[in-house]
Amino acid sequence: MTAPPTTDDARSLPTRRNSELGLLLFAVVIVTAAEAIVDANVNNGHISINVAYYGAGFAALWLIAHYVVRKVAPYADPILLPIAALINGLGLVLIYRVRLATQDRKFPSADPKQQVIWMVVGIAFFSAVLLIIRNHRVLARYAYTLAAIGLVLLIMPAILPARFSEVNGARIWIRVGGFSIQPGEFAKLALLVFFASYLVDKRDVLSLASRRFLGLSLPRGRDLGPVLVAWLASLAVLVRETDLGSSLLFFGMFVAMLYIATERTSWLVIGLGLFGGGAFLAYHLFGHVQDRVSIWLHPEHYYNTVYPNSYQLLQGLFGMGTGGLFGTGLGQGYPQLVPFAESDFIIATLAEELGLFGLVGILVLYALFVMRGFRIAMSARDPFGKLLSAGLAVSMGLQVFVIVGGVTKLIPLTGLTTPFLSYGGSSLVANFGLMALLLRVSDSSRRPAVPHQPKTPLPEAMTEVVTR
Amino acid sequence: MNKPLGRVVMAMMVLFALLIGNATYTQYVHADALRDNSRNSRVLLSEYNHPRGNIVAGSHNVASSKATHDSLKYLRTYPNGPLYAPVTGFYSLVYGANGMEHAENAVLAGTDDRLALSRLSDLFTGRSPKGGNAVLTIDPRAQQAAYQAMAKQTGAVVALDPKTGAILAMVSTPSYDPNKLSSHDSTTITKNYKKYLDDPTNPMLDRAISQTYPPGSVFKTIVSAAALKNGIKPDQQIPAPDGLPLPQSSHVLHNFDGETCGNGQTDSFTHALTISCNTAFADLGLKLGAQKIKDQAKAFGINNGGFSMPLSVAGSSTGDIPDEAKLAESSIGQQDVRITPLQGAMIAAAIGNGGTLMKPYLVKQIQANNYSVVDSTSPSKMSQPMSSSDADKLTKMMETVVSAPDGTGRSAQIPGIQVAAKTGTADNAVGKPPHAWFVGFAPANNPKVAVAVLIEHGGVNGNETTGGEAAGPVAKAVMQAVLADSGGGH
Repeated sequence: MTAPPTTDDARSLPTRRNSELGLLLFAVVIVTAAEAIVDANVNNGHISINVAYYGAGFAALWLIAHYVVRKVAPYADPILLPIAALINGLGLVLIYRVRLATQDRKFPSADPKQQVIWMVVGIAFFSAVLLIIRNHRVLARYAYTLAAIGLVLLIMPAILPARFSEVNGARIWIRVGGFSIQPGEFAKLALLVFFASYLVDKRDVLSLASRRFLGLSLPRGRDLGPVLVAWLASLAVLVRETDLGSSLLFFGMFVAMLYIATERTSWLVIGLGLFGGGAFLAYHLFGHVQDRVSIWLHPEHYYNTVYPNSYQLLQGLFGMGTGGLFGTGLGQGYPQLVPFAESDFIIATLAEELGLFGLVGILVLYALFVMRGFRIAMSARDPFGKLLSAGLAVSMGLQVFVIVGGVTKLIPLTGLTTPFLSYGGSSLVANFGLMALLLRVSDSSRRPAVPHQPKTPLPEAMTEVVTR
Repeated sequence: MNKPLGRVVMAMMVLFALLIGNATYTQYVHADALRDNSRNSRVLLSEYNHPRGNIVAGSHNVASSKATHDSLKYLRTYPNGPLYAPVTGFYSLVYGANGMEHAENAVLAGTDDRLALSRLSDLFTGRSPKGGNAVLTIDPRAQQAAYQAMAKQTGAVVALDPKTGAILAMVSTPSYDPNKLSSHDSTTITKNYKKYLDDPTNPMLDRAISQTYPPGSVFKTIVSAAALKNGIKPDQQIPAPDGLPLPQSSHVLHNFDGETCGNGQTDSFTHALTISCNTAFADLGLKLGAQKIKDQAKAFGINNGGFSMPLSVAGSSTGDIPDEAKLAESSIGQQDVRITPLQGAMIAAAIGNGGTLMKPYLVKQIQANNYSVVDSTSPSKMSQPMSSSDADKLTKMMETVVSAPDGTGRSAQIPGIQVAAKTGTADNAVGKPPHAWFVGFAPANNPKVAVAVLIEHGGVNGNETTGGEAAGPVAKAVMQAVLADSGGGH
């Protein structure tokens, strides 16, 4: 029996923070058990002290995140945090697992300790976002600043000399000293905020129809400007940085938000048309796009070729096929046969050792996360919050689709990180930011709008600014 | 904005459904093809990831797994490679497994159901699962004796325990070294394999069970068994002319070297066997008829196709015997009669075991990796080719082959022990020396071992004694080795 959220009853709305805590502890148990299984299977039944370290570290970090939410966003959605924690924890287990398999190599896979450090940075960023941005609508004021920052971050690797921006052939990095970040991950967040704010401002104009054509009401020609800019920017990213995945993600995100804001199907059609045209052009103009498609269509043919080469894709698929329905069991497969089994191909590692059930399980977790994001959008009280959270959900969903679809050979493979799961600092930290923004919007939509009866006498109460 | 939002949600759900559908295709529908793809080394790696069980003969491991430091964690080694190669086979990255490695793969890999209990306990004790052991019936001393006695000759030796069918020795020469095919370097393996294949002496051919040879005079034991069954007495005089004109043919069958059996017209049945008189046995065969010869052969295991013990044994056969001329030739083990050396040993074993043929077997026990016995083979009867009294008579006749001054098998005499045997000198290809055969058992009255020796082209054309002279000493060495192991005999 739940009371309708009227103003009178608003104060009695449950915060559901204890549900969040319960689910979080459940995730801690699963992750620690998985870690122990990996250890036991790899080390002939011996469980090392590492399990305790990683289990405790993981639990501590996420409990801090939970505490911050409890304090500054008490009405936020209680499901998002535990889902992200479980995905992140399983990712840590898999990174640890691949490391154990490659520790005797000259170049072992990424160090799980490093990932824990990224988790610390991520939790710090998450807390900072929630603590500093007490009201998400404030962000709209900085929309154009964020747009500028986003564009600079996005374009920077393209402008920098390759030695500062290229890692393993992908020119999507900024490297300073021993430190490297993928600015695209943060650009994504900044641009999302800008899109949301811009589209909320301009949606009345953008949804004006000039004429009808084939049953569609077409927008006015001069309103096409921003769409074309977004299109050109993503093409530029594609061409200069050979980053097919990000380009797809940015443009898809933008078109989906444009459609939601204007409620005009015509924008969707124009967007998809531009995307199709761009993809066609890119395929015919650029070798690396053709290579990706060739590998996708004929992986067996390119197994032994120098370039393009399908070794990684095929070995990933072999692992998944060998894993079958139930998987080989944690620590009992051969993920080390797949290059980048802890980052780009972590989904293949998961599918090999946890089987189809494990893979579908993780996909359901992602779907749940995305659906909660949409739910937050649905119930958001302000258009900006609505569009922002919808955009965040779309970006998460699209990103999972592009990378998982690529690794499982549903679509041509493009390099994107697997949110919360794969090794990599920028992606993890940015996704913590994404989750913080979603929680912030969801908190504001469920938070009692006006205090019914202030406990403190009016003269002593702090002045509250209520923005509607 | 909620209406288009709803549509975007739908679109997103479609994307997730596509991912799940494709994952199901990859990991369920297409999974077997991906797992079995020749470029997928995972199945092989996991096989090499656990130590394979041992193949054991006596107190030796003739095949075992050694830990290594490369990506395939265990290397299969064969401490006495060529000696046991016909039994163990090899376990190769490139060419798979054969021999016992193939036949008992489930036990050695640890996947056999009989090992389920020990696998379960491994799970709880946390040890890495190791395969079970296959303990062979092979007597290492007999195996070694046979291999040494064959020296540089080409051929095969099989020794059986006549009372159980246990295979005590199985040698094929020249042999190969399975270590050379079981390394972790596929280039070397391929090179070695090709070298063995190109070798004209065909070292990877298991001559003991995979190859059939004309038995020559060894087949006279089967004609004798049929004759005894049909009432002919050991001391009975039977026709033994110097030349036997073959019916429906212009050909005349002669004895070896134009020798005379008995008085030139007849000879006693026993003496005909002692000296291996061709005309006497051709005539016996003609009198008995093709059907009785075939039936008797079948009772000894010939014409039954192959069988498995658990290595697969090629089928021995008498051929069709369509007319009398061919019947006469078949009765002295020529024409289309072909048997494996193992079949030769089975004939000797059945006669020695009072006419009862026991099914040959090579695996004595299956052990779990903690050496506890999870299964052991109990001997089983294969057939009853002779009555026990006929078998006794034939045994006495075969003793004369070794003991009589004019016997063809004198080279196998063992001081203090009665040996019963039959030699053979089998023509094969025109212009090539005949194969030398020796089948026999000892001690004659209570046999502990039955043996067959075949030496390719080991005889001299036209001389029946040469087969016995070449193959007899090898048989003797094997019989002595077994008798020494079983307490000296009597």
